Amino acid sequence: MGRRQTETLVGTFVLLGMLAILFLALKAANLASFSFESHYPLLARFDNVGGLKVHAPVKSAGVTVGKVSSIAFDGSDYRAVVTMQIDDRFRFPADSDAKILTAGLLGDQYIGLDAGSDDRKLNAGETIAMAQSAIVLENLIGALVNSKAAEPAARPGAK
Amino acid sequence: MNPLVPVQRLGTSTLDILQELGHASRFFADLIAHSGTAFRRFGLTVVQLHAIGNRSILIIAASGATVGLVLALQGYITLSPYGQADSLGVLVALALVRELGPVLTALLYAGRAGTSLTAEIGLMKAGEQLSAMEMMAVDPRSRVLAPRFLAGVISVPLLGAIFSAVGILAAYVVGVLMIGLDPGQFWSQMEARVDVLRDVGNGIVKTFAFGIASTFIALYIGYESEATPEGVARATTKTVVVSSLVVLVLDFILTALMFSAP
Repeated sequence: MGRRQTETLVGTFVLLGMLAILFLALKAANLASFSFESHYPLLARFDNVGGLKVHAPVKSAGVTVGKVSSIAFDGSDYRAVVTMQIDDRFRFPADSDAKILTAGLLGDQYIGLDAGSDDRKLNAGETIAMAQSAIVLENLIGALVNSKAAEPAARPGAK
Repeated sequence: MNPLVPVQRLGTSTLDILQELGHASRFFADLIAHSGTAFRRFGLTVVQLHAIGNRSILIIAASGATVGLVLALQGYITLSPYGQADSLGVLVALALVRELGPVLTALLYAGRAGTSLTAEIGLMKAGEQLSAMEMMAVDPRSRVLAPRFLAGVISVPLLGAIFSAVGILAAYVVGVLMIGLDPGQFWSQMEARVDVLRDVGNGIVKTFAFGIASTFIALYIGYESEATPEGVARATTKTVVVSSLVVLVLDFILTALMFSAP
């Protein structure tokens, strides 16, 4: 086989391989949503982070605006400190609040940011003042069981 | 029979295995040391890339397609009782990109390209071509082995990616075009759950490791084969067996390292 032909075929093979890798990266994986914008950090302190994991999305109005970059435990006030990397294009008012929400009923947890109405915007490294912890299923069931147990005692009085 | 004989045999076998391992390691070190030629005389590597890579595309693509088809069917049957049939894309993509793509590509590569490498080197040795090269002051390791090694290391990751990509497309054909799942859900769930670095990236790292391992094993067994037709035949079988086992064990080790911690 001619040398030209061999080289062309090999080039085609390598091209096919590269295209396959590109296809996997873009279409099958999340490279397209990899934000190359710069980010700034915001902190939030929660009583309970539940099942929140690092790299969980941070969403506002349902749209992803950032990612959780680290979750640490503060030994002084026994709360969790979550650091989020927020896209530089979005600045949030100082009275915004952060909630830990669940995608679907039993899905992965993420942080939802509700923008407030303050004129002052949060700067890099500031802590979000209002943070609502995750809903822990066991606590909810425990509360339900307790309220059901308290009911029969209340009924005779209600008559 | 002297009861100590089996014990002695065990000792002998262990020492033999250790010696073989040592010999193989030095061969590997030599191979890396002489790899310069593979880059400097890239034409040699291109010829090998054609023989190893291009000639394997057909079997890799065909296997990828059929594995993708089967995964889609089985995945659909398993997921629909739970109402999760829309997650078929995620299932197929993760299974292929993380595990099946790299491992099956490596096994097929060992069977197709590994045996041809072993047979070629073994026959060169049997025909005294390697000795003749040494006589002419041409180092056979640089001229013959290094280009094949580099070609193998380049080919396997590309073949692995082709396997996974064709598999995902085949699953799309079955899931969306034949069964009628929603294409938007198929692709969007896949894009959301498959991570570029953790899943695709780790899969490619695996293919590199498998490529290095199986190409090296094929070349070593060929180089050390007996210079007879029977010796070459035994060597080709040995290549497939050893390559497959090493790939599977490596897969376990790499998976444990890559995917255990969240």
